[in-house]
Amino acid sequence: MTVLVDGNTKILCQGFTGEAGMFHSKNSLAYGTKLVAGVTPGKGGQTLEGVPVYDTVREAKQHSGATVSMIYVPAAFTADAICEAVDAEMDLVVVITEGIPVADMAFVKDFMKGTKTRLIGPNCPGIITPVTDKSGCKIGIMPAYIHRPGKVGIVSRSGTLTYEAVFQVTNNGMGQSTCIGIGGDPIKGLDFIDCLQLFQDDKDTEGIIMIGEIGGTAEEEACEFLKQYVKKPVVGFIAGATAPPGKRMGHAGAIISGGKGTAKDKKAAMQRAGVHVCDTPSILGATMKKVLGK
Amino acid sequence: MNIHEYQAKQLLAKFGVPVSKGIACTTADEVGKAFTDLGVPLGVVKAQIHAGGRGKAGGVKLVRSADEARKVAENLLGKALVTHQTGPEGRVVKTLYVESGSDIDREMYLAIVMDRGAQAPVIIAAKEGGVDIEELAEHRPEAIARHRVHPVKGVQGFQLRALCKHLGLTGEQAKAGGKLIASLTQAFMALDCSLAEINPLIVTKQGEVKALDAKMSFDDNALFRHKEVQDLRDVNEEDPKEVEAKKFDLNYIALTGNIACLVNGAGLAMATMDVIQLKGGMPANFLDVGGGANKTQVTNAFKILLSDKNVKGILVNIFGGIMKCDTIAEGVIAAAKEVKLNIPLVVRLEGTNVDLGRKLLQESGLDIQAASSLDDAAEKIVKAIKA
Repeated sequence: MTVLVDGNTKILCQGFTGEAGMFHSKNSLAYGTKLVAGVTPGKGGQTLEGVPVYDTVREAKQHSGATVSMIYVPAAFTADAICEAVDAEMDLVVVITEGIPVADMAFVKDFMKGTKTRLIGPNCPGIITPVTDKSGCKIGIMPAYIHRPGKVGIVSRSGTLTYEAVFQVTNNGMGQSTCIGIGGDPIKGLDFIDCLQLFQDDKDTEGIIMIGEIGGTAEEEACEFLKQYVKKPVVGFIAGATAPPGKRMGHAGAIISGGKGTAKDKKAAMQRAGVHVCDTPSILGATMKKVLGK
Repeated sequence: MNIHEYQAKQLLAKFGVPVSKGIACTTADEVGKAFTDLGVPLGVVKAQIHAGGRGKAGGVKLVRSADEARKVAENLLGKALVTHQTGPEGRVVKTLYVESGSDIDREMYLAIVMDRGAQAPVIIAAKEGGVDIEELAEHRPEAIARHRVHPVKGVQGFQLRALCKHLGLTGEQAKAGGKLIASLTQAFMALDCSLAEINPLIVTKQGEVKALDAKMSFDDNALFRHKEVQDLRDVNEEDPKEVEAKKFDLNYIALTGNIACLVNGAGLAMATMDVIQLKGGMPANFLDVGGGANKTQVTNAFKILLSDKNVKGILVNIFGGIMKCDTIAEGVIAAAKEVKLNIPLVVRLEGTNVDLGRKLLQESGLDIQAASSLDDAAEKIVKAIKA
């Protein structure tokens, strides 16, 4: 077992025929991901890259049996696309799109209340479960070739910093169970706590790498949860120790405001929770190797 | 995006938030005329900069005649105003807002913020105004009322009643206060604000409830649907390098160190700054070139980095996923040649097409130090600028 998705997971892509959707769908297909349907309103009936296109998520799900949607719809229309996927009762919706208005996400989260759908993102690299050295379930924009199947679960707010961790894990002779990029927006789907719980409950995950950044208190809350619930070793890093307060560091959520959300506080919380905290991301892989005794 | 007080008041007035009558001016003569046009015995001349603490810094003056207004304006216009939020260099005052003065009975605090914990807007109110709300939150949290606003339906009647009670407003004042809070919430939601702050909200001796100051910030992601807000942008309030970077879709923030960095991805860009400092250097900037940068963007990114006179060396750190390392290498080579680079450059490349990228750099004939990891790159650039 792995977390949320595995080699048998069937996915559909909303925004499939757009430039970004098509580019990354091709990469997912090349990695052996079971991408079984595309959705673009008004373009139903075509077949591209061997994948049938539908007008609505509901039709696509009915005909293909997909349980997960990945979304590359432009930011102005993303909230609508997420709601369509939720309404079609998809199990999981992965939103790669960045630049979605915060108020739209507040609406989406309200819309999702009482439904069974889980959300990853927006503004994230996505989720990947490697199955072999060259294939797996890739839902997102991460470079596939750095991944290897293995026992390390990775959860991160940052895209390229996740790749950094993945690559080091691979280069240290280990591999990944599942990697989840939860994204850099202030209002989003799965948070650290949700992912840590999934990794703790997954029998194939032996160690967890958690990468946070400045802004908000999600890392601090996750550390409280860690103490109670997580028995597996956790290696952590927080980006933004040198970021000035009041400046938004790229991600909408990465901002120190009112003295809250500093890297120092987050690292201290990690240390209190028994996390192996790294001062530089360059040693994430080596630290995990040591912790797991491999 | 932030706007000026006078712009915020003009916007809020449209939504029914009571504000004083005022006129925005850019010359001392205009200020004198504005005072006369307002036709009031007491006026206030307020410096318009995107920073708080203007009153204490001398940027807000009471005036009783057109002459006095003009003199105050002459002393403020074109000069840098230094407040606790501007940094030591201050901000040059280019616009003054002349308002009719208010007879203040008491001051309160009112704000709405988009709150990530609540996943919705939250209204914050305190009976004391003109305060530092963060300090108040820390020392007397019970003095602050917080109400989560439904992200679709907006503020509810019971919340308005509770907020007015907390603010000590009764009778007609409670009615006016409730209406003001409802109007502010409407403006906040309609315009995609991230912050709307009235500090202070006042009751006048005549019993009116109104906004004496106003600060509004907007969600950059939502600006595409608010042309009227986009038009209020004042580039004079932004770092020129940051303005230039935006033109090329680059995410740049100026810092005070001397090692420039060019990175793909916000998290990795922050981590690069952190590691530079860990190795004894100081980053000159945050720069995220994004996931799909092309040669032109990289070239322009280089020019922006080098326009910072403090920069003594450059660190390029790329983990290519979607972005291919050879594209970055081509951009770096083109830029280095175009700007005749004469300071140390350390490049760390990893990811898609990395071998091709490294080969291009090696064969370019440029003096580039290659690094094998982020730590290695940071150590090399710190050493190079000290040499």
